[in-house]
Amino acid sequence: MALAVFGLLAALLLVGALVVVLHPDSVYSALALVGVMALLAALFVTLDAHLIAAFQVIVYAGAIMVLFLFVIMLIGRPGSGGPFARGKLLWAASGLGAAALAVGLGTMVARSALPTPDAGRAEFGTTTTLARALFTTCLLPFELTSVLLLIAVVGAVVLAKGRPRA
Amino acid sequence: MVPTGYYVILAAALFAIGALGVLIRRNVIVIFMAIELMLNAVNLAFVAFARQLGSTDGQVFVLFVMTVAAAEAAVGLAIIIAVIRNRESVFADQNALLRW
Repeated sequence: MALAVFGLLAALLLVGALVVVLHPDSVYSALALVGVMALLAALFVTLDAHLIAAFQVIVYAGAIMVLFLFVIMLIGRPGSGGPFARGKLLWAASGLGAAALAVGLGTMVARSALPTPDAGRAEFGTTTTLARALFTTCLLPFELTSVLLLIAVVGAVVLAKGRPRA
Repeated sequence: MVPTGYYVILAAALFAIGALGVLIRRNVIVIFMAIELMLNAVNLAFVAFARQLGSTDGQVFVLFVMTVAAAEAAVGLAIIIAVIRNRESVFADQNALLRW
């Protein structure tokens, strides 16, 4: 049962990712990416990462993808020349490179004989355990991310506002 | 229970698709989306290994990756808007001023 659910989610995920990469219209790419994010959240649930799944939906499928769609709408239709890079050599090299990456990583994982994990503890991946790790051992990096987000907000406003009158 | 290896192989396939997107697309926004795809593939591997090891550390790391990805998306899209305002093209090969 679990394997069937995983297979279905994985197949949909790969199809969605291919649509993101191969669809000529960037709006469809973005919508497919929303689907990919939602499917990843479902996969996180199957991995007992419930809080991460909620964040995946809120942060990625919510905030980041809205930002992407907003920019796509702001920019409008791209110019002429087609959505894909030209040149058979580039396509062949890109396809070969990506296939080699997938096969290489896949065989590396397949050879490393990961044992099936035993049934997880009930509290694994809950908000309580995650928050305890976040606010004790990882407190300093957690606080530093707030600085990072502040810098990102200021930087985004400065960059998108246009060049200052010099 | 699904073995961890399946999840990691899925993450590897997702990462390869994202890398392919970076290589073959011309629209910088779609290239950026392919980068997000690769980040998500890594997150999937992190969560899979967190369950494998029975440790919360991998999930904490995913939270930080998500935060950095959100910051990166905001700044990256602002840069894209600024570039398009100046050069009036969303295509990477027409914004090749910094290329040797």
